[in-house]
Amino acid sequence: MANKISDETIEHVGILAKLELSGEEKEAAKADMERMLDYIDTLNELDTSEVEPMSHVFPVHNVFREDVVTNGDNQEQTLANAPLRKEDSFEVPKTIG
Amino acid sequence: MAKQYETVIGLEVHVELATRTKIFCGCSTAFGAAPNTHTCPVCTGMPGALPVLNKQVVEYAMAIGLATNCRITRVCKFDRKNYFYPDNPQNYQISQLYLPIARDGYVEIEMGDTKKKVRIHEMHMEEDAGKLVHDEWDDTSLVDYNRSGVPLVEIVSEPDMRSAEEVIAYLEKLRQIIQYLGASDCKLQEGSMRADVNLSVREAGSSRFGTRTEMKNLNSFKAISHAIEGERERQIELLEEGKAVIQETRRWDDNKENSYAMRSKEDAQDYRYFPEPDLVPIVISDEWIQAVKSRQPELRTEKLERYKKEFDIPQYDAEIITESKSMADLFEAAAAICKKPKKVSNWLMVETMRLMKEHGMEPEDLRFSPENLAKLIDLADAGVINSSVAKEVFEKVFAEDVDPKQYVEEHGLKTVHDEGALRTTLEKVIEDNPQAVTDYRNGKEKALGALVGQTMKAMKGKANPGMVNQMLREMLG
Amino acid sequence: MDLLHLTAAELGRKIKNREVAVTEAVKAALARAKELEPEINSYVTLDEAGALAQAEAVQERIDSGELRGPLAGVPAAIKDNLCMEGQLTTCSSKILSNFRPVFTAEAVKKLQKAGAVILGKTNMDEFAMGSTTETSYYGPTKNPHNLMHVPGGSSGGSCAAVAAQECWYALGSDTGGSIRQPSSFCGLVGLKPTYGTVSRFGLIAYGSSLDQIGPVAKDVSDCAVILEAIASHDAKDSTSVQRKDYDFTSALVCGVKGMKIGIPKDYMGEGLDPEVADAIWKAARVLEEQGAVIEEFDLSLVKYAIPAYYVIASAEASSNLERFDGVKYGYRTAEYDGLHNMYKKTRSEGFGAEVKRRIMLGSFVLSSGYYDAYYLKALRTKALIKQAFDRAFETYDLILGPAAPTTAPELGKSLQDPLKMYLGDIYTISVNLAGLPGMSVPVGRDSKGLPVGMQLIGNSFQEKTLIRAAYTYECATEKQYEVPAEVRIGARIAADRAGDLRGSGGQTGDAGSLASQAKTELPEVQPKSGREA
Repeated sequence: MANKISDETIEHVGILAKLELSGEEKEAAKADMERMLDYIDTLNELDTSEVEPMSHVFPVHNVFREDVVTNGDNQEQTLANAPLRKEDSFEVPKTIG
Repeated sequence: MAKQYETVIGLEVHVELATRTKIFCGCSTAFGAAPNTHTCPVCTGMPGALPVLNKQVVEYAMAIGLATNCRITRVCKFDRKNYFYPDNPQNYQISQLYLPIARDGYVEIEMGDTKKKVRIHEMHMEEDAGKLVHDEWDDTSLVDYNRSGVPLVEIVSEPDMRSAEEVIAYLEKLRQIIQYLGASDCKLQEGSMRADVNLSVREAGSSRFGTRTEMKNLNSFKAISHAIEGERERQIELLEEGKAVIQETRRWDDNKENSYAMRSKEDAQDYRYFPEPDLVPIVISDEWIQAVKSRQPELRTEKLERYKKEFDIPQYDAEIITESKSMADLFEAAAAICKKPKKVSNWLMVETMRLMKEHGMEPEDLRFSPENLAKLIDLADAGVINSSVAKEVFEKVFAEDVDPKQYVEEHGLKTVHDEGALRTTLEKVIEDNPQAVTDYRNGKEKALGALVGQTMKAMKGKANPGMVNQMLREMLG
Repeated sequence: MDLLHLTAAELGRKIKNREVAVTEAVKAALARAKELEPEINSYVTLDEAGALAQAEAVQERIDSGELRGPLAGVPAAIKDNLCMEGQLTTCSSKILSNFRPVFTAEAVKKLQKAGAVILGKTNMDEFAMGSTTETSYYGPTKNPHNLMHVPGGSSGGSCAAVAAQECWYALGSDTGGSIRQPSSFCGLVGLKPTYGTVSRFGLIAYGSSLDQIGPVAKDVSDCAVILEAIASHDAKDSTSVQRKDYDFTSALVCGVKGMKIGIPKDYMGEGLDPEVADAIWKAARVLEEQGAVIEEFDLSLVKYAIPAYYVIASAEASSNLERFDGVKYGYRTAEYDGLHNMYKKTRSEGFGAEVKRRIMLGSFVLSSGYYDAYYLKALRTKALIKQAFDRAFETYDLILGPAAPTTAPELGKSLQDPLKMYLGDIYTISVNLAGLPGMSVPVGRDSKGLPVGMQLIGNSFQEKTLIRAAYTYECATEKQYEVPAEVRIGARIAADRAGDLRGSGGQTGDAGSLASQAKTELPEVQPKSGREA
């Protein structure tokens, strides 16, 4: 089954991923994705009805930390790599709401 | 309107948990620090940082779930909710979608004489975002990550509520339960409790749900009520005009008393949830649930009964005092100091409630200490100050938590007990008010009251009215 | 004394015995790097001043008796996706080209505690996405064995640096084969540990459920020593496992008598280069001669590993890379109109083509309507693959096969057909899906002289079995194929380019030009090769 990726889908995925593609790049992205998805479709040959999706490979669970303050004042470190800084905050273009 | 419409309301309540540290790192949750100080690579989304879950968060969430009759999910996981926004440092929020910690609970609310169950669909843990401050001049926003990573429990109700009153009752009940558990201080104004309202309307009698909108930015019970009224009207108007209600998120502006749609095309609203690979599942055993249950602090009902027994105060009083944990704590602490529970109860129920109402305050906002209330009561009891002076001093205690003893000294408010000094004043009052004297001697009791009043005025309120009354009777025969 | 040909452990011993000063070793490596870097481009950042300062500090700690371990004073290189405090850490990407972390990765910290001297950060495929190190923002790395070929990826820089003797060992990371494949292309021993063995704290994430940090070394002993130094249970990494054993060097013994080794039939069939196949079978026979029992078997599900991997890895990567948005660190586009425009332009300009491709794919497979069909399906496939390995390990102690279907491809030949490139991961990828340990060991050369590596796969937490088998192979073959690269470059080019490399990045030269220059017929400069037996 050949996957057909529409322009709308590429637009939508671009919005989700915050990527801006030129006209050419969009065409290439569509072609790439279609090929990948066709290849990924081979997974449909597998009968996976009897098995649960495995997100974690080992049965490790209940890893916690205690509710104790271990970090101090890290303002300078946090702001050290700021592309744009205003006093003690990160500056970004205006957000709505 | 020819048609009758029913309002259908569901609530998403976010509660900031009272842990010392954030949900996934050891940064402090303390309020009021300079921007970006309570931060670290984890809560600022730096590359290579990894989350580690705060156990206390899980226990508070379990406690809230148990106290609201939920089923605890025995194996629960975290999921990533992906969306871009500057207050979200990783541009994904770690939350729980597929396996939330608690489900299918309920809370009972009382509307006058009727009781109603508001069902809870699910409850989950998640991390809070940072704060955005808008700079009006530069058209920019400033980001502060102190709040990023603060633990939240989100409580999602079923659309069981039908009016603003029911919504308020539900929120008050939730708040009471959660405060009693010590899990959060639930202050709407401060943002440690936030409510998003999901509202739709339908014709009365219909069983189908209408299209619902979500309203955010509701910072007080007043705003919530207004928002509900406003949105109900807006939706009904649309329907009456034959238009459709659009499913959208609206931001409520309480100053303008209206709402406006929030989302733009750039918000794709597809969160692409998937299990968080950096955290492992939580397996909750029977033993753990029992342990959490056993550590549960005294809840409201127990406290109420205990107050009636231990302090011998009536049901009605006990109900009011235990309505809020802050009030109850204040009561017990003050009673422990002065050992006069009935008097403490009285001060809380009368003067305190009056002032709270006047200032539109909630019990969590009370600023005065049990020590100072106890002191005031002792002063009044000992007759050092009379009852009207006591009320006056209390207003100062209420507003500024002044030390009443000090205040009375500084302002010379002590009741004058010196009979001699009093007698002099009384003689003058009698002399200046012959009509009242005559009236009294002719049998008009009220006239005595006037004389007492005049005396109090002359004494600048610092006499003991009972004593004045008695002396006047003596002197007038 | 020629130090560069020594293994890390050998150098460590000489330093301990005071035969060699740490500074001496560091200077030797730096000189070598300066000579070769214009051609090989292993390093994104070569920290000359820092390394010399570290050398002095470490020497003091050795002299005072504080540092006694086998790696004390031995200079190493670190893949550039491992954070180092104050040090440029770029993931070979424009979007992090100015990023200096405020903390150091746990694995690197452990090496520093053991007295390692970090020479610099090595080149990689951008954000570890690739198999050739050609997607790097800083230009490709060349294979020291043949400069017209790639070193493999994504830990190509780390492998090239070790193979070219620009350091004694390196750290790489492996998500789908990124340590094992380039190790095999460069004739080195590379190990991806069992998932959870080495803390991921400070590793800039690509596929969180698949990533592991591991050693790139000249021989099996070095590999074991390094693994022992960096493995730990770290409370800062929730996926870190508390193991029962960390004494990997205890497995450095010869002897595989009775060890049952399975060779998957699917690995040795169609698609495998015949010269590679030859070398693998030869290696298997060596182990058989040493007493192992070799058997072919059906691993099954082999062909499904790649699609499952790419769905899972892209999905996780698309989410892990969302944080790169120009707000808190890294590159921000110069001109923008509003918030979302800033995001889009920053990311579109900051990421390379392969990264963008995987982000798009990952976002798509997680999106509403496709999550079940793709992502959950892939997770179910992953479960089946793990089950297949579990079954195999009921019978076998070890699985043996090639690390890659070919030897190192030529530069510039792989990127045009991404799907074909992905298929090269066929042997390594399922090991990450199942969280198992895998090791690459040099077992031959092809007719062009390019190295061939075999891959040994163990059951979870069975690194010692791998180490023992690999060590036995080494003993039996007298490390025949663990020979440093003979780096052939034009003398004139080397002299011209002997410039200052410290902190340099930003070579955006295209893949072809340097390679063609190297073809110029000039007297060849051959560095000393061969090792003391």
